[in-house]
Amino acid sequence: MDVTIISFPGTNCDVDTANAVSRKLNTIPKIISCKEKEIPKSDLIIIPGGFSYGDYLRSGAIAAREPVMLDLVNKAKNGVYILGICNGFQILTEVNLLPGVLLKNNSLKFISKTIKIKIIRNDTFFTSSFAKNETVSIPVAHHDGNFFIEKKALMEIEDNQQIAMRYVDPINGSLNDIAGLYNQKFNVLGLMPHPERAIDIRTGSDDGIKFFESMLNFANI
Amino acid sequence: MDIYKKHGIDEKEKKLLLDYMERDPSNTEIGIFSVMWSEHCSYKSSRYWLKNLHTEGKQVIQGPGENAGVIDIGDGQVVVFKMESHNHPSFIEPYQGAATGVGGIMRDIFTMGARPIALLNSIRFGELNHPRTKYLLSGVVAGIGGYGNCVGIPTVSGETGFDSSYNGNNLVNAMCVGVAKSDKIFYSKASGIGNPVVYVGAKTGRDGIHGATMASGEFDEDSEKNRPTVQVGDPYAEKLLLEACLELMQKDAIISIQDMGAAGLTSSSVEMADKGQVGIELHLDEIPIRQKNLSAYEIMLSESQERMLMVLTPEKTEVAKNVFKKWGVDFAIVGKITDTKNIKVIHQGNIEADIPIRYLTDNAPIYERKTIKKSKSVEYRDKIFDADTKEFILKVLNSANICSKKWIWEQYDRTIMANTLNSSGCDAGIVRINDTNKAISMSCDVNPRYCETNAKIGAIQAVAECWRNIISSGAKPLAITNCLNFGNPEKPEIMSDFVDTIKGITEASIVLDYPVVSGNVSLYNETNGSAIKNTPTIGGVGLIENIDFLDDFGDPKIGDEIVLIGKIGEHLACSTLEEVIYGETTGEPPAVNLNLEKNIGKAVLSLIQDNMITDCHDISDGGLIISICEMIMLKSKLGAKISVSNKNIINQLFGEDQSRYVVTVSQNNRYNLFSRLEKLEIENYILGKVTPKELKINNNITISMDELTNAYESLIPSIMCN
Repeated sequence: MDVTIISFPGTNCDVDTANAVSRKLNTIPKIISCKEKEIPKSDLIIIPGGFSYGDYLRSGAIAAREPVMLDLVNKAKNGVYILGICNGFQILTEVNLLPGVLLKNNSLKFISKTIKIKIIRNDTFFTSSFAKNETVSIPVAHHDGNFFIEKKALMEIEDNQQIAMRYVDPINGSLNDIAGLYNQKFNVLGLMPHPERAIDIRTGSDDGIKFFESMLNFANI
Repeated sequence: MDIYKKHGIDEKEKKLLLDYMERDPSNTEIGIFSVMWSEHCSYKSSRYWLKNLHTEGKQVIQGPGENAGVIDIGDGQVVVFKMESHNHPSFIEPYQGAATGVGGIMRDIFTMGARPIALLNSIRFGELNHPRTKYLLSGVVAGIGGYGNCVGIPTVSGETGFDSSYNGNNLVNAMCVGVAKSDKIFYSKASGIGNPVVYVGAKTGRDGIHGATMASGEFDEDSEKNRPTVQVGDPYAEKLLLEACLELMQKDAIISIQDMGAAGLTSSSVEMADKGQVGIELHLDEIPIRQKNLSAYEIMLSESQERMLMVLTPEKTEVAKNVFKKWGVDFAIVGKITDTKNIKVIHQGNIEADIPIRYLTDNAPIYERKTIKKSKSVEYRDKIFDADTKEFILKVLNSANICSKKWIWEQYDRTIMANTLNSSGCDAGIVRINDTNKAISMSCDVNPRYCETNAKIGAIQAVAECWRNIISSGAKPLAITNCLNFGNPEKPEIMSDFVDTIKGITEASIVLDYPVVSGNVSLYNETNGSAIKNTPTIGGVGLIENIDFLDDFGDPKIGDEIVLIGKIGEHLACSTLEEVIYGETTGEPPAVNLNLEKNIGKAVLSLIQDNMITDCHDISDGGLIISICEMIMLKSKLGAKISVSNKNIINQLFGEDQSRYVVTVSQNNRYNLFSRLEKLEIENYILGKVTPKELKINNNITISMDELTNAYESLIPSIMCN
């Protein structure tokens, strides 16, 4: 499986994500700069968490205008799997690969805690190792995780069953407790929780492993 | 006003300065003298005493005097750490003051070649219901989080205190811990006549001019007007600077490197040249600047953040330039090393300053200030009035200094880097070293109540408690850093306490083999002449060589026995209970028997590492019962049933006698535990058992889990969320 991680100035979860990929997907990912115009051939592209461009202007807004984005959008159209974690999710909404926006948490504060997340679908590339509606514990750490979308579009993504996961208890004001979201073709996933921080029970949870197992299983079929 | 006076240079110092220079100094030169001779940079009141600290040990690679301390953790790895205060700026502008405190201490760590792996902090505010506290607390916490979270370093442990003595002067002490290879440590000593001096990082602006001088004075009603002297932080720029510096450090290009902290370009260039016994020449026209028309004075004194000064090997200058270009960080050759032993500053063709460096460093004023012991504290009231034990427990859990600080630490990213092994509410933060089975344990501690009442006992206790917290996490304590926060040193009573504090820290660190490897002094923490309580914060670091035992530790089970290791509690003078009930304390704090502390600590560490106990918590503020509540009820969500003798029950439950731990042991291991403790002649008492729910004492006191949780968790949210 070929995995590429895109790093922006201010990205700070690229190394954690690369570690998780090499430990749990048994492949060494390429980390490339957002200044590259072309993404190497990949089965999976990950946009990791962090504060790209310091979250200045608006989280993800500047990153979404980097040269690499053109090829990312193309590859998404061609069905390459794309996972955006935290700031990666924000960037994916800014580049319109996912609908909606991530506003400031309704507490207006950064939230860092390990919380319960319900996995809504288990029939995608990213989640096949979970049970349907399985509840897992995964850390979140964000300031802007409050998912918002206009009413009609919310109904649409609900009807299309694009919701990947929901917070079991509301934490940031997200509409319908949305914690993760697919695009219409289910090859693009944005997540606020950090599965790469939940791959070792010694750090509090290993529930994130199932994401990587799912992707590995899918790749092996 | 006299220009010298305006610069915080008094008559005596003015005379000394003029004697040294034998001419009228330029404005820029006066500015340079003023910051270099400020308390903040020169340690003029404390230097005389600081040299007495115990700074040696076989684990020590670099003690005080560099950007940070360095200790050996084996396998070719070292830990680099330091704590620093950012008190004055945080009172004037809490968000930026705290944020730049975190940024500054982080730079001290990566300047030495270490990648930061953890942040800690010790923060103190006025009373929780003081009108300014809510503003300061929310700003400081957001600032600490805003900076650390963005750079991507987990904040893993800390302490927060409230006391009226901080009403006009809050404290922000930030600590950073990093890991480096032992053959890749970088120092600030400049060398090589003619070698280029290079400036990297953010551009220089007008922010923070005279920050160091401001931080060396007292506050009054007009302190708000100092707001422009507070620096503004840019964690994004710091992240880029961090990555660029660590990348260049792999390329054998750097001869010496120093971050621009307090007193900016002035102190960094002077310190580098001083350490190398060389001169330095700076061409200010080459400095990257943020705004036009900055004067030499402003450039030399700016405290703009996220900047570094380096001396490079000339042939690697191009390599270095490319690394910084890649990261989008400014890089400029701004001067050279000379053989003059002077600092020479040239701007727009004029020589703006030319000062022999020794006048700014070794020959700077140093004071052996007058000390007078303060009059003895009040006699202990001898008896806490009798009241409902249950009410006492709930009141203490609901008090500002004991209650849960979750509202605070949930704003800090604690899980980034995916190596934090205990991310919530433990004695110490534990962070695994990536790709190894080793971990570092860290804690910050001080009890200002003890330190104010008896400076020496309080200082010993702070070191001992910091040792105990590291032990409770299963780590071997290795070394400490400190932040000595005091009032005006020109007051003989405060100076006397400062001297006693140094004595206390020294005594404790010698017996416990817990040397001081770095630190910082913050004086003049006063507003309108009223000083803070003495607050010598101790930051400790310990090592876990193999984390495997942690899998079966920290998780007490129903049916486990609860055991007190150490003596039965008696000492209520100066206790948390006394403070909570009466609003003030009387009598002396509990003394620490350091040899006993060492023996008990070593025994407890072996019990943890041999998996003979299921959990462990030290006994400190609030005494035995608060430790039991914190460990079993509030952390592990289980119950406890304990019995204590009916005589002096309040003393037993709330006494703050030192060198004690509460542990839980499974039925399988109890025999081994007791026989080992007996062999080591360590006092211990069986208190009761872990139960499914509620706290029961002597069958007549029952407190439900809801009551405990509510008392513990509700206080801070009730104030901050309204």
